[in-house]
Amino acid sequence: MEAFWAVITGLLFSAGIFLMLRRHLAKLILGLILLSNAANLVIFSSGGLVKGHPSIIPPGEATLPTPHGDSLPQVLILTAIVISFGVLGYFLTLLRSAHKTAGTEDLEQLRGLK
Amino acid sequence: MIDLLLFLPITVPLATALLSVIVRDRARTSAFVGVVGAGVLLVVNLVLLVRVQDLGILVARPGNWDAPFGITLVADYLSAAMLAITGLIGLAVSVYALTDTAERYRHKNFFALFHFLLMGVCGAFLAGDLFNLYVWFEVMLISSFVLLTLDRSREQLVGAVQYVTINLVSSVIFLAGLGLLYGNTGTLNMADLAQKLTLSEDAMLILSSSVFFLIAFGIKAGLFPLFFWLPGSYHTPPIAVAALFSGLLTKVGVYALIRSFTLIFTQDQGLTGLLLPAIAGATMVAGVLGAVAQSDIRKILSFHIISQIGYMIMGLALMTPLALAGSIFYLIHHIVVKTNLFLIAGMIARAGRGFHLSKLGGLLNAKPYLALLFLIPAFSLAGIPPLSGFFSKFIIIRAGLETGDIALVVTALVVGVLTLISMTKIWQEAFWKAQPEHDEDDQPKKSVGVAQWVPVAALAVITVIIGIAAEPVMNFAETAATQLLDPAAYIAAVLGGQP
Repeated sequence: MEAFWAVITGLLFSAGIFLMLRRHLAKLILGLILLSNAANLVIFSSGGLVKGHPSIIPPGEATLPTPHGDSLPQVLILTAIVISFGVLGYFLTLLRSAHKTAGTEDLEQLRGLK
Repeated sequence: MIDLLLFLPITVPLATALLSVIVRDRARTSAFVGVVGAGVLLVVNLVLLVRVQDLGILVARPGNWDAPFGITLVADYLSAAMLAITGLIGLAVSVYALTDTAERYRHKNFFALFHFLLMGVCGAFLAGDLFNLYVWFEVMLISSFVLLTLDRSREQLVGAVQYVTINLVSSVIFLAGLGLLYGNTGTLNMADLAQKLTLSEDAMLILSSSVFFLIAFGIKAGLFPLFFWLPGSYHTPPIAVAALFSGLLTKVGVYALIRSFTLIFTQDQGLTGLLLPAIAGATMVAGVLGAVAQSDIRKILSFHIISQIGYMIMGLALMTPLALAGSIFYLIHHIVVKTNLFLIAGMIARAGRGFHLSKLGGLLNAKPYLALLFLIPAFSLAGIPPLSGFFSKFIIIRAGLETGDIALVVTALVVGVLTLISMTKIWQEAFWKAQPEHDEDDQPKKSVGVAQWVPVAALAVITVIIGIAAEPVMNFAETAATQLLDPAAYIAAVLGGQP
């Protein structure tokens, strides 16, 4: 299970970096979305993946049964998702201003190089 | 009571920011709220500094969850010093901004963003666990993104795309490193991590996560070769914003580096122990050489931020008590001086015609006091005695001689001389040479407001005081360095009586 998610995370990272190296602003944003999701998956899978055992103490017992899932990584990711959502929202307004003020989303043209 | 004091550096800017959103339609009230909020923050942080000196390391647990399970706020000497200096810079820049920035950008919530940024900076200095550090970094970054693009001009957009992208990449790397560390140790509390990693024999885990952190914080601090975003964006926002960024943002990165490499990754420093000195030297040289080619004052100053960061990392790389004390002294001195130079650049641009050296000239006769005020931080930056920059460089270089890192010492000395050359370039072009002919389309001269003179003069006086009263500052920095190098007290304060 972990190996599968490791491969998926690797693919997301490489796809994200590939997209970020494009000249188009929209592709840059897509690349960043992939990157931040890849980082979230790293946290998610490094916390250990346990299926079907929520970290809830059953009625009548004093401690958690083993095995049980770790819920902290999910809490961390939830925060990270909200933050990256906000940042990407901001990035979209940048894209729109680039379109409005310069009439282009090509980064080279925006810098006046072409 | 102590607990409450630790929350105030975060809640005061938060309250001020929310209040300034409410009153933004009334110019005077909004300015009043912005400046008073910054003043209160300075007072709170100074009280905190005194309390830390009296009582030792302060710890607060929101929600009464014990560490390492809950969130912890920690203030030791280093944190308290950084908080106090943040308060000072916040107040100075908010007063300075009254002259044009605050008025012009009132409807874009200038003061609200300004105080959200201060909240993020203060939170990062207080955070006792890595995930909170990440969250405060983001609070700080998101406010800085918006402040950077207040005008939405083409130049700002280009700068912002670089700045936002590289900072997001840095956050992603930080987050991934944090995830790996959590997966292997099951904790994110820095004190708890320090304990667990000391016992850990997994060299690969320590090495891989320390490199993640080195790169993530290195981007934020502007280390070689990850600094290109800084001179690419710092010259675009209004000068008050640039001054705030130049003083505080990269220094939060340096703080995070010092904190993580003195507390968490203290064991085997094989790779990072080799890398840090090389990075420090390269950062100093790259910054100072980059500045030589520039002719926009703001760009010259931006490149000098990078070379100065190199000195602080040199102190961290040497890792002796004296060297770390030098780094802390350098941090304190640098924040004051660099912010002041940016603020003065704004006054030069108003009194002359913009930031470009070819358009400037004749200011020595036109504004003799401005010339004097420029000389103080400029000489201090270059390390001329008896100003603050001399002592901070002197301590670090002496620490380098003690450990025998002659190559680094020579680099530091040469970079110091090159810094002086750069400062004399600004002096010669802006103040000494005759006023050049100007075209119709050049920017007109503007008057310099009282609200600009006061903070600049105050920061210059503080620079002189740090120079004259170097001994108490040095004693403070030495205590801070001792605390950093012996994390037992920090760990005990955070984890309490737990094993």
